[in-house]
Amino acid sequence: MKKRRPVLLPALALLIALPAYADRYPVPKNAPYQEECASCHMAYPPQLLDANSWRAVMNGLPKHFGTDASVDEKHRVPIVDFLTRNAGGGKTGVTVDASGKPLLRISETARFVRKHRELSAATFKRASIKSPANCGACHTGAAEGDYNDDHVRIPK
Amino acid sequence: MRRIQSVLITALLLSTAAHAETPRDFLTRFEKEAGATASVERGGRFFASKQGSDWSCTSCHTERPTQPGRHVKTDKPIQPLAPAANAVRFTDTGKVDKWFGRNCNDVLSRVCTAQEKADVLAWLMAQK
Ligand code: HEC
Ligand code: HEC
Ligand code: HEC
Repeated sequence: MKKRRPVLLPALALLIALPAYADRYPVPKNAPYQEECASCHMAYPPQLLDANSWRAVMNGLPKHFGTDASVDEKHRVPIVDFLTRNAGGGKTGVTVDASGKPLLRISETARFVRKHRELSAATFKRASIKSPANCGACHTGAAEGDYNDDHVRIPK
Repeated sequence: MRRIQSVLITALLLSTAAHAETPRDFLTRFEKEAGATASVERGGRFFASKQGSDWSCTSCHTERPTQPGRHVKTDKPIQPLAPAANAVRFTDTGKVDKWFGRNCNDVLSRVCTAQEKADVLAWLMAQK
C-alpha cells in the first residue's frame, strides 16, 4: 500500500491536469492585438479559429459584422502574424462552413455548436447576454481564458 | 555637432507635440481645418441624432458621456467619452483619428467633416 503512493500521485495529478487543459484558452500577450481587437469586445482566443479563418477576418475589417473595424497596415500585418501563429486547427478542428469556406465566427464553428448544444437560441438572445459572441456573459473567467464548466453562470 | 544637436532638439519637440496633446489642441486643429468656430449646441444635436442609420453616437456613448457607455451590439462597457470624466480622452492623435473614422462611418456612412468634429468635441468638453 505504502509503496504504490508515489505512482498514484503523479497519475492523479495528470488526471486533474488533462480536463483542465481542454477548457483553457489563455490569450498570449500581444500589444497590437490588445490595442486593435479588444475595444469593442473581449480579445478572443486565437486558438479557437484556424489560420485561414483569421486571415479571412483580417481581410474584411472595414465591414466587420456590421461595423467598421479598419486597422492601418502598420498594425494589421503584425496582428495577422500573431493570430496565424497562435491559431487552432489541430485539436480545435478546421473552421470551415459546409461549402469549405473559412468561418469568420468562433460561435459558428462545429466545436462551439457541439459544446453549446444544450443552450437554446432564446437564451443567447436574452438582454443580459445579447449574442453567442459575448463569451464573458456566461464564462465568468473568459478574460483569463477559463472556459471550465464550473465557472459558467448563465445570467437570467 | 551643432547641426546634429538642433536636429535632435527639433525631433524631440516634434515627437512631444505629437503625443502630449490636449482636447483643446484638437479643438483648435478641427476649427482651423473647418475655417470656422465650433458650436456646442450643434455638437449636442449631432451627437444624439441618428442621421438615417440605426445608430447615433449616443447608442454606445449614451446621452450623458460623463457616464460609462456600452457597445450597442457586443454589450462591452466603454469608459466615458467626456474629457472631464476621463482624462485620457482626446490626448492621442492616432486614437482620435482612428475612432472618428470608424464611428462616423458606422453612423453616417461617410467621414465626419472638420466642422462636425469641432462641434462634437466642443459639446463633449462642455459636459461636466
Ligand atoms: C469597431 C468595433 C470592433 C473592433 C475594433 C473589432 N471588432 Fe470584432 N466584432 C465586432 C462586432 C460588433 C462583432 C459581432 C458581435 C456579435 O455578433 O455579437 C464582432 C465579432 C468578432 C468575431 C466573431 C465572434 C463570434 O464568434 O461570433 C471575431 C472572431 C472578431 N470580431 C475578431 C476581431 C479582430 C481579430 C479584431 C481586430 C482586428 C476585431 N474583431 C476588432 C466589433 C469590432
Ligand atoms: C449563454 C451562455 C454562454 C455563452 C454566451 C458562451 N458560452 Fe461557452 N459554454 C456555456 C455553457 C453552459 C457551457 C458548458 C456546457 C456543458 O456543461 O456541457 C459552455 C462550454 C464552453 C466550452 C467547453 C468547455 C469544456 O469544459 O470543454 C468552451 C471552450 C466554450 N464554452 C467557449 C465559449 C466561447 C469562446 C464563447 C464566446 C465566443 C462562449 N463559450 C459563449 C455557456 C455559454
Ligand atoms: C457602435 C458603438 C459606437 C458608436 C455608435 C459610436 N462609438 Fe465612439 N467609440 C466606440 C468604441 C468601442 C470606442 C473605443 C473604446 C474606448 O476608447 O473606450 C469609441 C471611441 C471613440 C472616440 C475616441 C476618443 C479617445 O480619444 O479615446 C471618439 C472620438 C468617438 N468614439 C466618437 C464617436 C462619435 C462622434 C460617434 C457618433 C458619430 C461615435 N463615437 C459613435 C463605440 C461607438
